[in-house]
Amino acid sequence: MTAATPAASRVPQLEHTGRVTFPRVLLSEWTKFRSVRSTAWTLAVGILLTVLFPVLFATVTSSHWGQMSPQDRANRSPLDIALAGVNVAQLAIAVLGVLVITAEYSTGSIRSTFTAVPKRLPVLWAKLLDYAVVSFVVMVPAVLISFFASQAILSRHDILQVSFTAPGIARCVIGGALYTTMVGIFALALGAIVRNTAGGIAVFAGIFFVLPPLMFTLPQSWNNAISQYLPSDAGRQIFALQHGQHTLTPLAGGLVFAGYCAAAIVVAAYLLHRRDV
Amino acid sequence: MIEASNLTKDYGDKRAVDGLTFTVQPGVVTGFLGPNGSGKSTTMRLILGLDAPKSGDATVNGRHYRDHPAPLHEVGALLEARSVHTGRSAYNHLLALAQTHGIPKRRVNEMIDLVGLHDVAHKRSGQFSLGMGQRLGIAAALIGDPKTVLLDEPVNGLDPEGIHWIRNLLKGLAADGKTVFVSSHLMSEMALTADHLIVIGRGKLIADTSVEDFVAHASQKVVLVRSPDLARLQETLAGPGVSFETAERGALEVLGLTPEQVGDAAAAAGIALHELTPQQASLEEAFMHLTKDELEFGAQLEEVVA
Repeated sequence: MTAATPAASRVPQLEHTGRVTFPRVLLSEWTKFRSVRSTAWTLAVGILLTVLFPVLFATVTSSHWGQMSPQDRANRSPLDIALAGVNVAQLAIAVLGVLVITAEYSTGSIRSTFTAVPKRLPVLWAKLLDYAVVSFVVMVPAVLISFFASQAILSRHDILQVSFTAPGIARCVIGGALYTTMVGIFALALGAIVRNTAGGIAVFAGIFFVLPPLMFTLPQSWNNAISQYLPSDAGRQIFALQHGQHTLTPLAGGLVFAGYCAAAIVVAAYLLHRRDV
Repeated sequence: MIEASNLTKDYGDKRAVDGLTFTVQPGVVTGFLGPNGSGKSTTMRLILGLDAPKSGDATVNGRHYRDHPAPLHEVGALLEARSVHTGRSAYNHLLALAQTHGIPKRRVNEMIDLVGLHDVAHKRSGQFSLGMGQRLGIAAALIGDPKTVLLDEPVNGLDPEGIHWIRNLLKGLAADGKTVFVSSHLMSEMALTADHLIVIGRGKLIADTSVEDFVAHASQKVVLVRSPDLARLQETLAGPGVSFETAERGALEVLGLTPEQVGDAAAAAGIALHELTPQQASLEEAFMHLTKDELEFGAQLEEVVA
């Protein structure tokens, strides 16, 4: 590619002189967010996974229902089916959360970003807010579709029917979207700390997929006492209907997970402010 | 105006910038000259607050860069390292920068036309050639109509037409009363563009001079002498402002003395001369001579000459 048009040599003046404000940084970050392909792709994958798994599970459950033992039937819960995709989709949301900040470092655009906004922290707040709103707005319809689609499939065999307005159901379904949003926030903060895409994703995977099974190597009583406070276990209570002896309530679990998110954001903000770019 | 005072920066054990003090004045093009790895880019990053100095201070238009409420109106910067997301179009890159300051879209298009990227503005910038990337960087630097412009090696990757364009652009900005600070490792380029020079090597200030003085100093006569007793000749000629370079076997280049002075001094001391040839040092040679001791690797010499 070559630049075809000849360049002028006198810089036109700009009458306007605006200062940096938070709404402006928010708009700028939104422009950056929507103007790279990875955004649309990753969100599409997130939605697809959220919807695909429940549809698949509902279909399989319907077709096998006749051969299933009463015990197996009792173990199936309509909500588990409806939200089966959330656990998978969270990885896509986390990857995009990490990318939102680490891609700036890998491509070098962070230098442009921090030259325009040298106070730096507004950039972090804007990215978090932009991404939180986007992932929530995208995930709410996704979990609603998952719920009603899986229910519709199950209804053909008249099995596992549950009303959206039944106690706890709406909270769980919307909770699935809320949980993934918080996962995205947590991942973005991790990305800001690690500043490297592969590293950020690895740290996220370690905390969410490696740490929980590792807990089973601990003595049972320790595992029971500790696991419920892990980010993944605590966060998952937001969209869990039933709560056991060793799990937190939805509110407590959500607050614990929010605490982890807040801690990660504080560390990210501190490092962002202090470190050389 | 850019003011650096005793600016110092370490990366690990390595001192990248070592007690730099200088002032860049508005209304002229100031060249920032030094071999590769001499600390030019680091100095620019320190000025922009991207890196924090170990000690010392840098201000732009009287304030730390970070403390300006509208930084893009104060300083426009083109950094040496790529600073654009490869997946984003030139238009969106500039738009995102403009939006932080509420600069209208019209200005984005104006800048795209200015640097001649109109036809490719909506293509992913990852596909850009080095020269197009430089043009985009220059558009980004000028988008806020800044009072101070800081460009790190802007001619890198530009074709002759582009180099000509950037020279005129820089001169135009200076004529408009702006502070123009532009780095290069090429003396010849600076001699054509700059009015004033700040020369550094290994992070230290070597010279802070007008280009005129530098050229005058550089074009002083260099004398090639050949003598059977070079060691004694060198002893005889040694003095303030005089330096020597060993040429081929049995010959010596004397800098800082006229052929007459060398010949007279040799005659007075009774040293036989077999050759006495005046030579003209090029700007590039003068620059190399100035920074020779500050170079870290011999290989970089070739880059300076190139």
